[in-house]
Amino acid sequence: MSQTQPTVNPFAQMQAGRPTGPLVLGYEVIIGFETHTQLTTQSKIFSRASTAFGAEPNTQASAVDFALPGALPVMNKGAVQRAIEFGLAVNAHIAESSVFARKNYFYPDLPKGYQISQFEIPVVQGGTVEFFLGDEKKSVRLVRAHLEEDAGKSLHEDFVGMSGIDLNRAGTPLLEIVTEPDMRSSAEAVAYAKELHKIVTWIGICDGNMQEGSFRCDANVSVRKPGAELGTRREIKNLNSFRFMQQAIDYEVRWQIEQIEDGKTIQQATVLFDPDTGETRAMRTKEDAADYRYFPDPDLPPLVISREWVEETRAAMKELPRAMAARFRSQHGLSEHDAAQLTCSWGIAADYEDAAKLSSEPKLAANWYINAVLPALNSSDALPEISVYELTSTKAPAKIAALISRISDNTISNKAARQVFELLWSRNTVDAEPIAQVDALIEQLGLKQMSDTSELEKIIDDVLAANAKNVEEVRAGNAKAMNALVGQAMKATKGKANPAQVNELLKKKLA
Amino acid sequence: MSTDLHDLGVAQLAAKLAARNVSSVEVTQHFLARIEQNAGLGAFLATDSAVSLAQAKAADARLAAGERTPLLGVPLAHKDIFVTRDFPTTAGSRMLENYRSPFDATVVGKLAGAGMVTLGKLNCDEFAMGSGNENSAYQPVLNPWDRTRIPGGSSGGSAAAVAARLVPAATGTDTGGSIRQPASLTGITGIKPTYGRCSRYGMVAFASSLDQAGPMARSALDCALLLSSMAGPDLDRDSTSLDLPVADYATDLIAAGAGGTGATAPKSLKGLRIGLPTQFFGAGCSADVLQAVRAALAEFEKLGATLVDVDLPLTELSIPVYYVIAPAEASSNLSRFDGVRYGHRAASYGDLTDMYKKSRSEGFGDEVTRRIMIGTYVLSHGYYDAYYLKAQKIRRLIAEDFQKAFAQCDIIAGPVSPTVAWKIGENASDPVASYLADIYTLSSSLAGLPGMSVPAGFGAHNMPVGLQLIGNYFKEAQLLGAAHQFQLATDWHLRQPPGL
Amino acid sequence: MALTPQDIMRVANLARLELRPDETEHTRSQLNGFFALVEQMNAVNTEGVEPLAHPAAVLGQVALRLRDDIASEPNQREASQVSAPAVERGLFLVPKVIE
Repeated sequence: MSQTQPTVNPFAQMQAGRPTGPLVLGYEVIIGFETHTQLTTQSKIFSRASTAFGAEPNTQASAVDFALPGALPVMNKGAVQRAIEFGLAVNAHIAESSVFARKNYFYPDLPKGYQISQFEIPVVQGGTVEFFLGDEKKSVRLVRAHLEEDAGKSLHEDFVGMSGIDLNRAGTPLLEIVTEPDMRSSAEAVAYAKELHKIVTWIGICDGNMQEGSFRCDANVSVRKPGAELGTRREIKNLNSFRFMQQAIDYEVRWQIEQIEDGKTIQQATVLFDPDTGETRAMRTKEDAADYRYFPDPDLPPLVISREWVEETRAAMKELPRAMAARFRSQHGLSEHDAAQLTCSWGIAADYEDAAKLSSEPKLAANWYINAVLPALNSSDALPEISVYELTSTKAPAKIAALISRISDNTISNKAARQVFELLWSRNTVDAEPIAQVDALIEQLGLKQMSDTSELEKIIDDVLAANAKNVEEVRAGNAKAMNALVGQAMKATKGKANPAQVNELLKKKLA
Repeated sequence: MSTDLHDLGVAQLAAKLAARNVSSVEVTQHFLARIEQNAGLGAFLATDSAVSLAQAKAADARLAAGERTPLLGVPLAHKDIFVTRDFPTTAGSRMLENYRSPFDATVVGKLAGAGMVTLGKLNCDEFAMGSGNENSAYQPVLNPWDRTRIPGGSSGGSAAAVAARLVPAATGTDTGGSIRQPASLTGITGIKPTYGRCSRYGMVAFASSLDQAGPMARSALDCALLLSSMAGPDLDRDSTSLDLPVADYATDLIAAGAGGTGATAPKSLKGLRIGLPTQFFGAGCSADVLQAVRAALAEFEKLGATLVDVDLPLTELSIPVYYVIAPAEASSNLSRFDGVRYGHRAASYGDLTDMYKKSRSEGFGDEVTRRIMIGTYVLSHGYYDAYYLKAQKIRRLIAEDFQKAFAQCDIIAGPVSPTVAWKIGENASDPVASYLADIYTLSSSLAGLPGMSVPAGFGAHNMPVGLQLIGNYFKEAQLLGAAHQFQLATDWHLRQPPGL
Repeated sequence: MALTPQDIMRVANLARLELRPDETEHTRSQLNGFFALVEQMNAVNTEGVEPLAHPAAVLGQVALRLRDDIASEPNQREASQVSAPAVERGLFLVPKVIE
């Protein structure tokens, strides 16, 4: 449809007053993102075929998905529902009326010869994604998020000189989320992508599975000398892992700078990142790709969304990560950084909150989640968006609460508690009550702290007797000597004594 | 007696079948034989007696079981633009030679459900693009009234088959006049309902915002019987299907006393205001056609209707507007014919792009190619606003003009086609000139209004002339009612082509 | 305005149609004849007029119908590939797609 060229450089206006990022070899890096998120609907956006991943080729495609003569699209309410939820999660405007258009081009995995998408009037307009880059708070503005259908897949491996077309994925609902060119470094870009990933998985509109292509990022990258005219951008397609994302952008930035430094000009292009070579290479360009002949799809009247529907959705949505983190700070007195870490996913956050309740020691619970549970989850390469169910099935909150209670009642030391945790985590005997499991492990490992004072006093007396020299020095006011005595006493109790208690007794006896 | 079965209309056959005077199998056999004898007309692209007779047997069983529904056991044939499971579907194109649809069009399914027997698939212009049926990739259809002339298009096979009484009724589709114009040129009755009345699911798409299915038969009563079964919401399959109840159009008419015999006296049409757009009666229309149309209107006056002049100032503009919008949508709708999943694939080709180009160029005929070119161009970068968008804006003005006109009248009337059926090949030289002949049918299509053609007499060369009746949105019943009264008072719709 | 042979080639390529050189010129003259007709549209003042994409919109706002999110389509691969030019192991075969 009509693309009217603005008279002034919109980029300069758009970016007025916004911070820039670290320069690379004297160049400013400018990155914008387009992310295709597959929505978690049961059926496809315009047909009743299943969206399940990994079925036999072409067994999950209907007449609509095969684009058989006479087939017509009928819109899936679930896809619209998820678009509304996303819009609300990023404080965007939900269009009262948006329009589906046809994007016309020929490609074997595009059965109709056009993709049904939204062009001039998208369903989600504006919005922002906020996140931390280290300790620096960043805010990336969204241009839009629009509903469209996914294409099928071309399989090149199995056939000589031929490609095989599988249309199972054709018609899977996508929400394409487009940002302003607001990012200024590969690190910021990855941080944005991770935050977006968190949001869509948190509200459950996307399963976030990057291996299966549920969350596919394209990065528009350009460089320029600060203040100079906006450089020509190249689009890196299908960045399907956060690791490759940074590599790819860094490579692309360096490549573009080299080109410019060599006096060459950057040609607008779509490039692919090759993880094996660590390089980006330009895709074979479709010479007429620029002319998609968009026009409103006559098969689909405008998508009308009532304000009632929007408000019902708002009311039904679960607490968003930003709000939850704020609550953790105010209610649990956590630091902004800790609160952010504990809201890295809905599963973790909900789980931590259980532990905080059960133990009524939110800060301690937070430490355990940040220092023990999260590392354990990452090492056991569970996805960060691991679900509440998966976590609670390990009874983590109850276990953490049990550990905390045994620390605070002086049964075990913090150090000992860590030993217990490792085993609790690895064994995961779901049947037993967590507190019972904890106590059993304390017994088994013999980590119980010495509570019997008389026995401890006796040991300390022996220590004092055996270390007359240190005793003298302590009396002479040498603090070091005191530590030596504590150490001796701990040694004698094989570490089972409570160091604080030992200190007490020594002081008393040497007073 | 079975020799004159083909002289009976839908209502009359239904009555005979209901009375068990004849079986659906007998009726079906009779029509199949007649189709065979008249294969020369080129009306049919596919028949399958085994399939048809099986359906007839099933209908007879339902009749034997005492079921009495209006269309049970009556045969018909479908324009080959409707996909069918039991017959091949070609859309009149090489592109779909031997194509088999895994499903039935909604309209086909509804009529089958009503117990109608399918006699086969009817020839049409390729992808319904044409007004003479000369664009069929398989064979032209001949006009039963004069075999040197075209039957009209794009539903030319449907019109010729009904006029030649090879079928009591047929389905057609109308995008810019493809039901009304052939009906007019072959002396039969056809109605294009309000856009969205009949499901488009299973119609090979030409122009999605214009395509509409409708019945073609000899009388308004027969059309009413079919439309009652064809029309109705298809909410799960067609997003443009109207979510409105469908009246039992036929009952109203039979209540008017016809009882399907056409022998009763007409009721008065007193109070009916018929609007005559001055633009429909200008110099563009040939004298013989105008004469027949005026005579028919005089008949309506006799029946009590009053004639008023109305203004449709943009009538002439409807030609460029239609021929921008329809090809634009078609160019996109026909992109799915790429030789990948079905349809023609070139025997030899180089890379993927070459396969596309060769397959499509071999599969599409000249007119289809021309319209894809036009449509692609008007949507292409830099031209969209000047052509497609401009046309859609004028389209709204055209639709609003109709609403103004309907403030002064109930029905709009005029000619369907500026001339009677022309000679085969006459317009072949200049396809664009033939677009001009659609002038009287395009504007109501653009507005999505219901329209019909009613036999109104004969013009030059003793060829049939149809009267066009255009109603306001959802007023199919009013159109059919007026047409029925006219047909009770006249016998134009009962005239038969010589030698058939 | 008149279409140039380059326009014809560009459009044919966009539409994935192959025109023989003689066809190109023929098509060009026919399309130019057609667009002479189309130019009539310029005479109409459409300022402030909303394009009419769906006929029913004349009577007021039309809204897209939404269906419930239920997956109910069975596997229709076999029936849907009956008319396929080239299929292997359930996949439609095409000349190699190069990205």
